[in-house]
Amino acid sequence: MTLDFTAVWKSLPFLFDGLELSFLLTASSMLGGIAFGLLLAVVRLSRLRAAAALAAVYVNGFRAVPLVLVIFWFYFLVPLAIGHAVDALQSALIAFTLFEAAYYSEIIRAGLRSVRPGQWQAAYASGLSYVQVLRLVILPQAFRNMLPLMVSQAVILFQDTSLVYVISLRDFMTSASIVATRDNRMVETYLFAAAVYFVVCASGSQAAAMLNRRRSFA
Amino acid sequence: MNYSWNWAVLVQEPYLGWLISGTCLTLAISLAAWMLALVVGTVVGTVASLPNRVLKVVAAIYIALFRNVPLLLQLFLWFFVIPEVLPPAWGHWLKRDLPYPEFWTSIIALGLFTSARVAVQVAAGIATVPAGPRTAAVASGMTTAQIFRLVLLPQAFRIVLPPLTSDFLTVFKNSALALTIGVFELTAQSRQIESYTFQGFEAFTAATIVYLAIALLVTALMRFLERWTALPMTGAAV
Repeated sequence: MTLDFTAVWKSLPFLFDGLELSFLLTASSMLGGIAFGLLLAVVRLSRLRAAAALAAVYVNGFRAVPLVLVIFWFYFLVPLAIGHAVDALQSALIAFTLFEAAYYSEIIRAGLRSVRPGQWQAAYASGLSYVQVLRLVILPQAFRNMLPLMVSQAVILFQDTSLVYVISLRDFMTSASIVATRDNRMVETYLFAAAVYFVVCASGSQAAAMLNRRRSFA
Repeated sequence: MNYSWNWAVLVQEPYLGWLISGTCLTLAISLAAWMLALVVGTVVGTVASLPNRVLKVVAAIYIALFRNVPLLLQLFLWFFVIPEVLPPAWGHWLKRDLPYPEFWTSIIALGLFTSARVAVQVAAGIATVPAGPRTAAVASGMTTAQIFRLVLLPQAFRIVLPPLTSDFLTVFKNSALALTIGVFELTAQSRQIESYTFQGFEAFTAATIVYLAIALLVTALMRFLERWTALPMTGAAV
């Protein structure tokens, strides 16, 4: 067979609009996920037993079910909860943020625990409040330890955004499948999409590996 | 919130039957894919740990390829692209004569996707086996194959058992993607119940509970396996 990429080249602007949405989804659910994940991690490590247990149920619950099912859940629930129809993007954003928070909270929890207890004690002894201890002493140290894992989680998240295909949201994956079927160019379009995903994700993985090496030398 | 509840829908026919057949398909695909991932992942992880530079690069390329393309796209590549680029007779067999092509395709795609992750774990496990046993094995005249089979891999597997548990759990979750190529596994069945009955809440709850049960069961099983395979006095599997 001969490959003919003209259909792909002609659809490049359409495909890159999709890629933009993939990046937007990744960035916003990463930020939201880290913020909410930090809250979950702090609660789980706190002395508030009931709240810690609730946070644990949240994290383990989300980590036990497929992301596709979570996407369906929110696509179905969000309109029901707010009483009117929403577009796929809004429900996907909510689903991804809440889902990623569970994964990021595990990374952050491990990061917080990697800081030696002496640091907590010394910070408390010098009269800092809990929030100050966390913000000024613990998080800056923990952040360095979690950075490589956060970057590799971002790579996984970027790959996972392709799942919005199931609710027909036009990210890169969905756009590629539209071009593939519309122009009947399955082979070329999917190979091109794979190449783009590979370049983006391999650079991300490389960055994570580099950060990891630098941390182990420090 | 305006919603009419009807939990009874879950135990009515045909919906109960759909949920059960969906659960069976999810289990079948996940277990078969996991077997494939373990075998291929162990081979690739071992090859990546061999002292041969060319083989190392080949294993690294395999791992990078399968880890850096989304599973959904890999599934589409196996389903839509591979039959086209193979010799016509093979492609024809895949598309026309193979029974349940979606089922086999999702096992292959999910298995190989997971194998790259298993390979990374196995290679990391081999790397953490202390130098002592390796040197002792070389000194007692074992061949490279014997060293890997009898000394390094048994220890490496005990070390990587906990991280492998989470990969095993991920396989069950990832099997839901098979719905995109038309496999009616658990998530697809719950979605179908939703569109037939408009009882989305009940249908998705049922699927969620089955996935939670699978996760609990697998975690308990792997804990048992860790304890069962632990070597006395080493603490390697703790």
